[in-house]
Amino acid sequence: MSVFDLTVEGVSRLLARATELEKADPLLRDRILAKRRIALLFYESSTRTRTSFELASKALGADTTLVSSLSSSIEKGESLKDTGLTLRALGAEAIILRHNSSGAPWLLEEATRLPVINAGDGMHEHPTQALLDLRTILTHLRPGVEGVKADTLAGVTVMITGDILHSRVARSNMLLLPRLGARVLLCGPKELLPEQAAGAGPGIAIERDFDAALRESQVAMMLRIQAERLAGLQLDLDEYKAAYQLTGQRLAAHAPNAVVLHPGPIIRGLEITAGVADGPQSAILEQVHNGVAIRMAVVERALVASEPGGRA
Amino acid sequence: MTTLAIVNGRLVDPAAGVDAAKDVLFKDGRVAEIASPGKLKGKNGAEVLDATGLVVAPGLIDIHVHLREPGQSYKETIATGTAAAAAGGFTSVAAMPNTSPVNDSPEITRWMQAPDRNASIRVFPIAAATRGSKGETINDYAALKSAGAVAVTDDGRPILKDGMMRETLAAAARAGLTVIQHAEDTRMTQGACMNLGPVSFKLGLRGMPPEAESNLVERDIRLVAELRDAHPHLHVAHTSTAAALAAVRQARRNGLRVTCEVAPHHFLLTEEHVGLYNTHAKMNPPLRSAADRDAMIEGILDGVVDAIATDHAPHAMHEKEVEFENAPNGITGLETALGLCLRWLHGEWRMPLGRVLSLLSAQPAALLGLKGRGTLAVGSFADAVVFDPKAEWTYRATESKSKAKNTPFDGWAMQGKVRWTVSEGHVAYTA
Repeated sequence: MSVFDLTVEGVSRLLARATELEKADPLLRDRILAKRRIALLFYESSTRTRTSFELASKALGADTTLVSSLSSSIEKGESLKDTGLTLRALGAEAIILRHNSSGAPWLLEEATRLPVINAGDGMHEHPTQALLDLRTILTHLRPGVEGVKADTLAGVTVMITGDILHSRVARSNMLLLPRLGARVLLCGPKELLPEQAAGAGPGIAIERDFDAALRESQVAMMLRIQAERLAGLQLDLDEYKAAYQLTGQRLAAHAPNAVVLHPGPIIRGLEITAGVADGPQSAILEQVHNGVAIRMAVVERALVASEPGGRA
Repeated sequence: MTTLAIVNGRLVDPAAGVDAAKDVLFKDGRVAEIASPGKLKGKNGAEVLDATGLVVAPGLIDIHVHLREPGQSYKETIATGTAAAAAGGFTSVAAMPNTSPVNDSPEITRWMQAPDRNASIRVFPIAAATRGSKGETINDYAALKSAGAVAVTDDGRPILKDGMMRETLAAAARAGLTVIQHAEDTRMTQGACMNLGPVSFKLGLRGMPPEAESNLVERDIRLVAELRDAHPHLHVAHTSTAAALAAVRQARRNGLRVTCEVAPHHFLLTEEHVGLYNTHAKMNPPLRSAADRDAMIEGILDGVVDAIATDHAPHAMHEKEVEFENAPNGITGLETALGLCLRWLHGEWRMPLGRVLSLLSAQPAALLGLKGRGTLAVGSFADAVVFDPKAEWTYRATESKSKAKNTPFDGWAMQGKVRWTVSEGHVAYTA
C-alpha cells in the first residue's frame, strides 16, 4: 500500500520475480493465479496503470473485473466500505484500488480484510509506479544487476521536477529511491514544491534552479501539472515553461547522458517538449512496458500466501 | 425536593478557597450547609452519600459541546449528550448553535432547555451570532439572552468579515454577552483536513496553516482594542496554536477582555496521531505540531488559558468510516476530560488539584457569567462531582453513554473515577 511496506530485500525479490515472470512460458505462468478473482476498483481515470494491472493479472491466469466510479453504484452514493464489502461478497480475493483520496487503501483494507494493492491514492503514494521507475533506472544505470541493496544506487542523483505537492508518484519515488542509496533532488516553484518536502525523508534535497538540478542528475523525472488537483491555485504556464520545461537544448547543455522519465500522461509542449519525449534519452515507454512485469510480481505476492515481505 | 448529604469527603472548592474534610448538605437544589465531618445540623431525613476517600468538588462545566439537537439526533441527543456529560462529572454544558436548523432564535434556545429534552444536567444554549451563522445579519441578542442564551458564536465557522465581527462584538457588549470565535481564516484552509506541515505533506493531505488561526485571533483582538470603551468580551474557542495563545496573552497584558479555552486533545495529541488516516484524529482546529501542543501545556500551567473545554463533537460511526478528507471534523470528549486532566495536568505536570478543577468549573462559570455555578459555597446551585482521585482506569468508547464513539482516547489510561454527579440536588449519575 506504501513503499514503506516493503523492505529493501522485499523490493529486491519483487524485481527479481518481475524478471522471472516476464521471461516465463505464458502457458505455465497462466497457472500461478488460475481462476483467482481480482477486482480493479478505479475512482479515477487511468490508462497505463489500469491496463497494466489488468494485463498482469490475466497473464497469471486470474479473472479480473473492473469497477469504475462512473458506471457503478458509487455514482449513487455507495461508500468505499460498502463497495469493498460488495466486491468481497462477489468473491474478490484481492482489490486493486485507484482512489482520489489519500489513505483510501487503508480504509478499504480495514473494511474488507482483503489484500489491497494501492494503484495510486490521492496525492499520497503510487508504489508500483516507483517500483517500475526503479526497474527502468536500473536497466539504464546498473545493467545486469539482479537484486538491489542499500547502496545499489549510491552516487546516483534522481531529479524530480514539477508538481511535487500534488504528486503521489513523487512521494513514492522520493521515499523509495534514497533507501537504495540514491539522492533525490526536487525541483519546482514553491507553489508546487513546499519546503516541507525536503523533510519527508532522508536523502531528499530541493534545488529550485532547473538547469543546476539537471547538471547534477543522472535521471530526470518530469511530472505533469495536475490541473485537477490545483484547487484554485493560479499558475502562469508561460513562466512555468520558461523555468521548468525540459527542452532538447537544456538536455543537451546540462544533462546529455541523463535518462528521461515521465510517469505519464505527458502534456507535450508543457513540462516536456515532444522532441525530448520521443528522443533517444527518453525511457518513457520503457517505463510503461516495465509496469506489466512489476505488477505481475506485485499481484502474485498479494495473492500467494507463501510469499513473505508484507503488502504492496 | 429531596435533601442530600455528602459526608466524609474532601471538599475541594477553589472558588471558595476550600480544601478540607467537610460534609455538604443540599436542599431544594441549593447548597444549604457545609460543616466539619459529622457536624451537619440539617442532615435528618436526608439521603446520604458516603464520600470516604473521595473528593467532593463543584460540578464540572464544559462551555463548548455539540449536542446535535435539534436536527441531528442520529449523532447525539440532548438526553444522550448530557448523560455522557454527567458520567464525566459535568453538571453544566454550553451547547453550540450549529444544529439543524441553526440555533439563531429564542424559540430554539427555549426548546433546547425544555424539560421534554430529558437532560440529565443543565444545558446553557449558546446562540448563533448571525442569522443561520451565515455571517451576514446580526441576531437579536437581547431576545436571545432573555430566552437563556449565555453567549453568541457562529462556531464551526468564523465570523470572517471585519465589519461583521466589529458589529457582533459591539452588539454583544450592549447585551452583556460574550462573543465566542471559531478562529479560522477559511480563505487559507480550503480543502484542508489536518495541520499543514511535514506530516500533511507525507500523507498527501491538504494542510491548514497555523496562521489561519492566529491571524484571525490577532484581527479579533485589534477589533476588541478599537471597541475598548464598549468593553466587549472576546472568547477564543479551542485555541490550538502557540501564536494564537501568544496573542491572547498580549491582549490580556494590554487590559483587554479576551479569554480562551483549550481542549484536552490539543494539549495531549499532535499531528502525528493522524497516523495512517485515523479519522478519530480529525477535528477542526486540527491536531498541531509538538511545539504548539507544548505551548498549550505551558499556557494552562501559567494561567493564560481560562478554561478546559472539550469541543465534544459526536458523529455516527458510518460518518467516520470514510476517506480521511471526507470525514466530518470532531471527537467526543465529555467522558474523558476529567480522567485526562487529572492524569496529565495533575499527575504528570504537577498542577495542583484545585487549579485543575478550577479550569473545569469555577473559571468557565465566571467566563460565561453562570451565577451560582462553579462553586459549592452556601447558597449556590447543588451541582457537584464526587470522584476517587486515586482510581486508575481505562476508557472504553463502547461503554460510552454518548450515542457516538468517535474518540482517539479509546483504551487510554485515565486517573480519577467519577462516583456520583449531582445536578441541582439530584443524583444525575452513579458509577
